[in-house]
Amino acid sequence: MTMTEDVVATPFIGSRRLRREDPALLTGEAKYTDDIAAVGALHLAVLRSPHAHARIVSIDVSGALAIPGVVAAYTGEDLASQWAGPMPCAWPVTAEMHNPAHYPLASGKVAYVGDGVVAVLAANHVASRDALDAIVVEYDVLPAVIDLEDALSDRVVIHESAGTNRSYIWELHPQGKDTVDAVFNAAAHTVKERYIQQRLIPAAMEPRAVLAMPQPFGGDYTLYTSTQVPHILKIMAALTVGIPEHLLRVVAPSVGGGFGSKLNVYAEELLCLALARKHRCAVRWVEERTEAAVATIQGRGQIQDIELAADADGKVQAVRVHILGDMGAYLQLVTPGVPLLGAFLYAGVYDVPNFSFVCESVFTTMTPTDAYRGAGRPEATYAIERAMDALAAKLGVDPAELRKQNMIQKDQFPYTAMTGLTYDSGDHVKVLEQAQALVGYEALRADQAARRAAGSTKHLGIGVSSYFEMCGLAPSRVLASLNYSAGGWEAATVRVLPTNKIQVVTGATPHGQGHETSWSMIVADRLGVSPDDVDVLHSDTALSPLGLDTYGSRSLVVGGVAITMACDKVIDKARKIAAHQLECSEDDLEFVNGTFSVRGSADKSMPLAGIAFAAFTAHNLPDGMEPNLEAHTTYDPPNFSWPFGTHICVVEIDEETGFTSVLKYVAIDDCGNQINPLIVEGQVHGGIIQGLAQALFEDAVYDTDGNLKSGSFAEYLVPSAADVPGLTLGHSVTPSPTNPLGVKGVGEAGTIGAAPAVMNAIVDALSPFGITDITMPASPNRVWAAIQNARK
Amino acid sequence: MQVSVTVNGQNQSHDVEPRTLLVHFLRDACGLTGTNVGCDTSSCGACTIHIDGESVKSCTVLAAQADGAAVTTIEGLAAADGTLHPMQQAFHENHGLQCGYCTPGMVMASISLLDENPHPTDQEIRIGLEGNLCRCTGYHNIVKSVLAAAGASS
Repeated sequence: MTMTEDVVATPFIGSRRLRREDPALLTGEAKYTDDIAAVGALHLAVLRSPHAHARIVSIDVSGALAIPGVVAAYTGEDLASQWAGPMPCAWPVTAEMHNPAHYPLASGKVAYVGDGVVAVLAANHVASRDALDAIVVEYDVLPAVIDLEDALSDRVVIHESAGTNRSYIWELHPQGKDTVDAVFNAAAHTVKERYIQQRLIPAAMEPRAVLAMPQPFGGDYTLYTSTQVPHILKIMAALTVGIPEHLLRVVAPSVGGGFGSKLNVYAEELLCLALARKHRCAVRWVEERTEAAVATIQGRGQIQDIELAADADGKVQAVRVHILGDMGAYLQLVTPGVPLLGAFLYAGVYDVPNFSFVCESVFTTMTPTDAYRGAGRPEATYAIERAMDALAAKLGVDPAELRKQNMIQKDQFPYTAMTGLTYDSGDHVKVLEQAQALVGYEALRADQAARRAAGSTKHLGIGVSSYFEMCGLAPSRVLASLNYSAGGWEAATVRVLPTNKIQVVTGATPHGQGHETSWSMIVADRLGVSPDDVDVLHSDTALSPLGLDTYGSRSLVVGGVAITMACDKVIDKARKIAAHQLECSEDDLEFVNGTFSVRGSADKSMPLAGIAFAAFTAHNLPDGMEPNLEAHTTYDPPNFSWPFGTHICVVEIDEETGFTSVLKYVAIDDCGNQINPLIVEGQVHGGIIQGLAQALFEDAVYDTDGNLKSGSFAEYLVPSAADVPGLTLGHSVTPSPTNPLGVKGVGEAGTIGAAPAVMNAIVDALSPFGITDITMPASPNRVWAAIQNARK
Repeated sequence: MQVSVTVNGQNQSHDVEPRTLLVHFLRDACGLTGTNVGCDTSSCGACTIHIDGESVKSCTVLAAQADGAAVTTIEGLAAADGTLHPMQQAFHENHGLQCGYCTPGMVMASISLLDENPHPTDQEIRIGLEGNLCRCTGYHNIVKSVLAAAGASS
């Protein structure tokens, strides 16, 4: 086994191993859902409401049915008997939460532009699209509700069954509301800021696509879909479509990005399944980009009021937060829980003893919101990091110094926060100082002062953002305390085949993160084999029946750890076999580089390959031992993990044009031990640019009638390479003590750190004008207008 | 109508509706699904291919307009023995892709970029790839990949 010997010299964990996923993706061989052939499949197209809020008076589909190739056209009423339950929401955050029932097609009333009204089936895609234009729907238009405070006033109530637009109010006052109020009343310094989290369109490059196929025998169904969550979807689709769960298989083929938007149960997935059942043939649907803008969930959408109370020295004593959250027209899978995921992070990385948090969430007549990269945590980090800069400005101190003064210090970890959560490990001051050194902080401040003194019209701004990323979702008992309807575990199976090739089955479901590469590296090191001998099976509920999928930076911290533990179980069993065959005590065996050896007698050894074959033949196993060498683990993490870091953004703003140039962006991220730094950096790069895009470019703009004005890539500014800077990354490694890999997760870190870094830089640049805030995105127009306004 | 295109060196002749876009001709009639569709406004570049050696967004061209032309798609880049094209190899080695959906278009556009400017600067690459959107990589490693490919060819 020369392969095993190679491993001796090179632990794979920590190496920049190239991704095994790449060749298929680079050559066009990879199959995304819409690439999968299905002979005779019917094509679904959905007619969507052009009104934000309206009663459906009549629907005439006769014109559609006259088009050659069109097979059927169904209204919401036509399909009512198909559903065993309404569209699912898995996160009833309070017992009193209003969750008006909604179904894959609207009946009687529509509540946002894009709400499904008619489902058309045709023999080909073109006929299905032509049919939409031939359907006549008469609407009685009602007033739109797009402003959150207007929604809260109940001037127009969207869901009569709820009687109010407020879905829920959720509060967290660990020290008591009065205590926090008293701290504010006694504080030497306070700041009170309002920030707007605009709605964002996730815009994964692959629009959603679905293919539902009844299997010819046995009455079961396969659902191919561009999803992050095949396992969750299987359960929810079974419950809503009424297909027994054991007869439903869900497959996520290659998935072209998700960013949370594919962490859902969508109307079109349920429609394809129900119509495949009704028509006894395959049904497919592919989303168009402008359709995706309204038919796929949007992210963010909050009004944030945050207050800080500090003592005379600038030490923050209390944080008080009120969030007004935009749920959109209906609650999707985890819509109401998104603000709560951020609730625990509004004091950021600081040692703050008092905290008070209230979230009110309202329905509006816009596309439902739900998880978008970071889900609640970028919003929280934005608020606290902007507010820290506001406090620094009020105190007249350097924002980096104020942060260091308030940060939880290294020797305080593990740190029990005032919310009751325990932060595993961290070294915040160090990473902030690392970032300062990398960016050249002192020199930049000097340059800034020189420019200001010289009256330059090119204003330099330096923005610091220090963050925590609460991730590794999640300890199941903590989820229970938040009323989430599922657990937070992850499943793994490790199977050593007779020829010493390894099959790994994971419940984590990648959509670009490179799980196959990383998981094979973990297993290779643990079992002493080559990563090339490790196959990773995933994303298909027939191959991987148990799992809770990929979101919330959980795959490695929960799924990867599960694999490690399954490997250890395999080693335990292999040790018993080796001891039996070598006729020694298990305690005398050591397992190094894939071989069991008797300590002190080098000639007595047995490689895993031999044990795997012995386990397969079962000719000579210990009495009572089952044949074969495989192990299954379901791992429930004991805690969240707490990655952290500091990002510093340097901008130059031209006061004549309002244009912001990002001169430099540095980031020091600490995600604990890194399995594959190449992949870690890729995650950070992409995350930063997504956060930077929220700060500078992206905005789901609605007019007062509830029409999305930025519904295509022509108006919704997903940045191109020409719009964004190169990035300078450093890193720090503070292992998590709560899992055997010492890992923390990294998928959302960049997005969490970036928007406040960019906006703090912009506000810093504009501070000579007395400007304290620019609403995101900080477009040249907005910046220029703010400067003009300040000069009046 | 009958449309004949030489795709990756093979003649493809199919009867399609006159309104058929080249990208749908490639995906649906030729079965070459490596070319992806990412938008409906010719903004994203996921469907970028080469027509007679120049990069074109295949959603901006009717199949009929490509009649008689030579088209190269992502499937036509690697050698018969599976050896990746230097640009594909550069993307692999520099982690220039994550979910892979924009990748075929990005690779095709990058090859065309180097054909026109064999030794671009970082900024010239960024401007040259302005018509291709990626949501995963933040472009950092895409730029690095193209720089590496340019270096490898010099």
